[in-house]
Amino acid sequence: MRYLPLTNTDRQAMLAVIGAKSIDDLFVDVPAEAQLAGPIAGLPNHASEMAVERHFSDLARKNMAASHHPFFLGCGAYKHHVPASVDHIIQRGEFLTAYTPYQPEIAQGTLQMLFEFQTQVARLFGCDVANASMYDGSTACWEAIGMAGRITKRHKAVLSSGLHPHYVSVARTMAKYTGDTLDAALPTLSPTTDSARLLDAIDGETSCVVVQYPDILGRIEDLSAIAAKAHEHGALLIAVVTEPVALGAIKAPGEMGADIVVGEGQSLGVGLQFGGPYVGLFACKEKFVRQMPGRLCGETVDAEGKRGFVLTLSTREQHIRREKATSNICTNSGLCALAFSIHMTLLGEKGLRGLAQANHALAVQAADRLTQIPGVELVNDSFFNEFTLRLPKEAQPVVRALAEKKVLGGVSLGRLYPKATDLENGLVVAVTETSSAEDIETFATALKEILS
Amino acid sequence: MTRYYTEDHEWIDVDGDSATVGITDYAQSQLGDIVFAEVPAPGAELKKGGDAAVVESVKAASDVYAPVSGTVTEGNDALEGDPALVNTDPEGEGWFFKLTLSDTSELASLMDADAYKAFVEAL
Amino acid sequence: MSVLNQSGWKPEMGPSGDTKPATFTGNRALMLEEALIFEIGTTDTTGVDLPEVGGVASRLGGLERNRTIGLPGLSEPETVRHYTRLSRQNYAIDLGFFPLGSCTMKHNPRLNEKVARMAGFADVHPLQPVETVQGALAVINELAVWLIELTGMHGVAMTPKAGAHGELCGILAIKAALEARGDPRSVILVPESAHGTNPATAAFAGFSVENIPATSEGRVDLDALKARLGPDVAGVMITNPNTCGLFERDMKAISDAVHAAGGYVYCDGANFNAIVGRVRPGDLGIDAMHINLHKTFSTPHGGGGPGSGPVVLSEALSPYGPLPFTERHADGRYSLVEEETVGERHPHSFGRMTAFHGQMGMFTRALSYIMSHGADGLRQVAEDAVLNANYILRSLEGTMDAPFAHSGPCMHEALFSDNGLADGFTTLDIAKGLIDEGYHPMTVYFPLVVHGAMLIEPTETESKATLDQFIGAMRSVVQRAKAGDPSLKSAPHHAPRRRLDETLAARKPMLVWHETEEAVAAE
Repeated sequence: MRYLPLTNTDRQAMLAVIGAKSIDDLFVDVPAEAQLAGPIAGLPNHASEMAVERHFSDLARKNMAASHHPFFLGCGAYKHHVPASVDHIIQRGEFLTAYTPYQPEIAQGTLQMLFEFQTQVARLFGCDVANASMYDGSTACWEAIGMAGRITKRHKAVLSSGLHPHYVSVARTMAKYTGDTLDAALPTLSPTTDSARLLDAIDGETSCVVVQYPDILGRIEDLSAIAAKAHEHGALLIAVVTEPVALGAIKAPGEMGADIVVGEGQSLGVGLQFGGPYVGLFACKEKFVRQMPGRLCGETVDAEGKRGFVLTLSTREQHIRREKATSNICTNSGLCALAFSIHMTLLGEKGLRGLAQANHALAVQAADRLTQIPGVELVNDSFFNEFTLRLPKEAQPVVRALAEKKVLGGVSLGRLYPKATDLENGLVVAVTETSSAEDIETFATALKEILS
Repeated sequence: MTRYYTEDHEWIDVDGDSATVGITDYAQSQLGDIVFAEVPAPGAELKKGGDAAVVESVKAASDVYAPVSGTVTEGNDALEGDPALVNTDPEGEGWFFKLTLSDTSELASLMDADAYKAFVEAL
Repeated sequence: MSVLNQSGWKPEMGPSGDTKPATFTGNRALMLEEALIFEIGTTDTTGVDLPEVGGVASRLGGLERNRTIGLPGLSEPETVRHYTRLSRQNYAIDLGFFPLGSCTMKHNPRLNEKVARMAGFADVHPLQPVETVQGALAVINELAVWLIELTGMHGVAMTPKAGAHGELCGILAIKAALEARGDPRSVILVPESAHGTNPATAAFAGFSVENIPATSEGRVDLDALKARLGPDVAGVMITNPNTCGLFERDMKAISDAVHAAGGYVYCDGANFNAIVGRVRPGDLGIDAMHINLHKTFSTPHGGGGPGSGPVVLSEALSPYGPLPFTERHADGRYSLVEEETVGERHPHSFGRMTAFHGQMGMFTRALSYIMSHGADGLRQVAEDAVLNANYILRSLEGTMDAPFAHSGPCMHEALFSDNGLADGFTTLDIAKGLIDEGYHPMTVYFPLVVHGAMLIEPTETESKATLDQFIGAMRSVVQRAKAGDPSLKSAPHHAPRRRLDETLAARKPMLVWHETEEAVAAE
């Protein structure tokens, strides 16, 4: 058992110091009927490193890896190239095997990184401040709705139909127990979002309006009018960004008046990983900072006057405020935040803008190519790196057929909205810098064959 | 003007039916450096023993209770910019809020300065 | 003779006892200062080369971002150096002993990292057709089976993102079960020694929280608990082994009493490491328990996450667990039960807690660890963890006040108080003294039920030699605190930073870098 340093000689010597005859003496407080006499029956015993690795290799081979095939899936998780140095740095033991920086004198590495991360996120989103990360975009979105409730003391949230359906589901689950009311709707395959519905729904009872940007179908629309209407009625605008690379090309939600901006940071530095772990981004206006959930890192000085960083405003948090905390969150997504921050540092503004431009250009090329296929129409005229196609038939079987042809060709809306027959022909296609012109051609050829 | 104290370490200066409330010097010394105070807005209706304000040090958050029932007439806005006032002058400039008493008979259950001093010494 | 020492190189030791001179850079040899990226990077610098893509007419709907964003970049060599320098200012398990009570800072095997990075797991999209992710679903399912067997429970919800998220999952399952039987109970009972997440979670789910007192032994007062049970009590949240490091002897009696009164038993599984493979929570009447994969099952803490908090559920609560989950069919295929496939088979689910399917990257790591240890190894894990903790308790109880040392053996962690230190010396001083000795301090000021608490959890991955040296260091630091050594009040002296001004940070929060500082720096 390679992870256990104690030898039997050690164990005997230690038992003698303790004054116990055997290890069983240390478990005397466990009632006899709850004690297992030996290893749990029916489970395998320990295995060598080689045997474990072989098992995982066998299972890994049963999956179609994104990088091995033409790949066009998005809808809240995006395939981007992660520079090799990102993964190298996050595997340094001093980052990988550190704990939450509760002892700041020996955690300045993590703390300075978090301070840089918070600043990067705040600037990317066009906000004053950001926290040290949440679990993921969907939980950050719910936390933002909860925070708006605390600020406005109101409990009706108006959700755009373009909000990721999983995010809506999470909010529904939580709202059931907090007594919040959610005004939500299904999207339609139209070139514009339902901002008219949102504008109508905002009233004196509204705590917040939640708008995804770009939305689940890839549409992008100015948020200024919604922000103005929300503010006029004392409500907040929450913007949700599931593809942060987009903000290298399009205006930041904060610039358009959003009060809280949350997002999924997976696109930068964090791989697809079948859905997790990801990293929730959370930023807002400075005046709301005491209502923020999650950890915050702040600048200060040490006893010699040197600059240093600490976790701060902790009294909002569960370990101090207990049942009155702003959230029950404890662990955040530190290592993924580090990956995000390293990738962002490697890119810099120049690289982020270039990356965004490459994504958009390839997406435009793909949209043009795919709509040459008879019967295939583009739903949204404006988009960043993700757009929706209306196919002449139900999209979910088409996606399966594409997979059989070794093309991972987008997300069918039927997968996300199982009961909405109006949406079943919709196919959401994401195109990033990892999609080559050849990939696009392979996709188009396969799609044409399947549809004909 | 008469000053009363509570077992929860609030002080209250009463003048007729109006009063000023803060936390005692003992309370601030136990909390350590105060970093934030949230005071009630004018018009807030307080009930004796109910939550009235919040005071935070770096590693602790405490509720300040209303020593008596009444209606808030003013919160000490100076604490927002300078919460350290609670440390430097807890029973003066570091007051939390003023209120109009709704039932002066509630004062009978509070301690005077000598009784509070004895109470603290016994802790 | 030939030429005498042509280069003039004559190594010498220099005089001893020099005072350390200040350096031009502020660096001290291997202890390197590092500026912020905002001070060393520029918005024109980039460390990536991007594919050449032909220009196209923009279709961004007129929303082009024209203003400067303010994101500095660094070249690749500068980036690697920046973060490598930062990393060296961190303490970590890889560097030394990390006895943080209740956090289970055990060794993180690198095999786990290797398997998690296999393209078939790391590079798979959560919404791919299920036919293309059979191996990933198999990992989730295999881990689920292990967790169920190790805990003796009926089912498991895999999606919670961390321990606190798992608590929420368990509490929502309880709430859903009560609602399904039309029983609007409103109170959750929580011992005073509980993690702060417990009351925060119960309050979030709309319950009111009441404390249960402890006995002088540091365990839940069964009689007081029984007296409080009634038709308004939805359940209890109990940590077992508890945060005083003790096994709740009456756990089964507690569960029976709560069940008899119509409530449910939530167990905070943060300390499962103490009993894994030796005791199954299902045999103690538990209805729901989260398992921190980053504690018991060695997935890395990563400087504060990501975690993962699957929740095992009793037969009574399983129908209410969240979506999605995996299902294994007779022919060996796996499917994913999501909103669209749930149908009539899981109609009582309380819903979804997160986008997608949970922390896959943590599942691979945890399964790799579990398979490596196997049923026999995991039992040894619990035994060695408990042995190490008792060794520390008995070795230090003569030096430090151990309030519950009389209550019998501890489990995975040993609890001490600040009783007996010289006037003005505190637990914080002990912690900072340990930093100078090269250790990460234990958990301090938790649990709240002990004044100046110090909670030491060694875990099973520490050798006897490591423990012996730590015990020696701890005795030395405590003796200094008892003797009133003033140098301890200003510790640490040898860390990258001295004590930091947390009051300043909280009174004048500076949470992001500001341009004004950049301007000042440029002058």
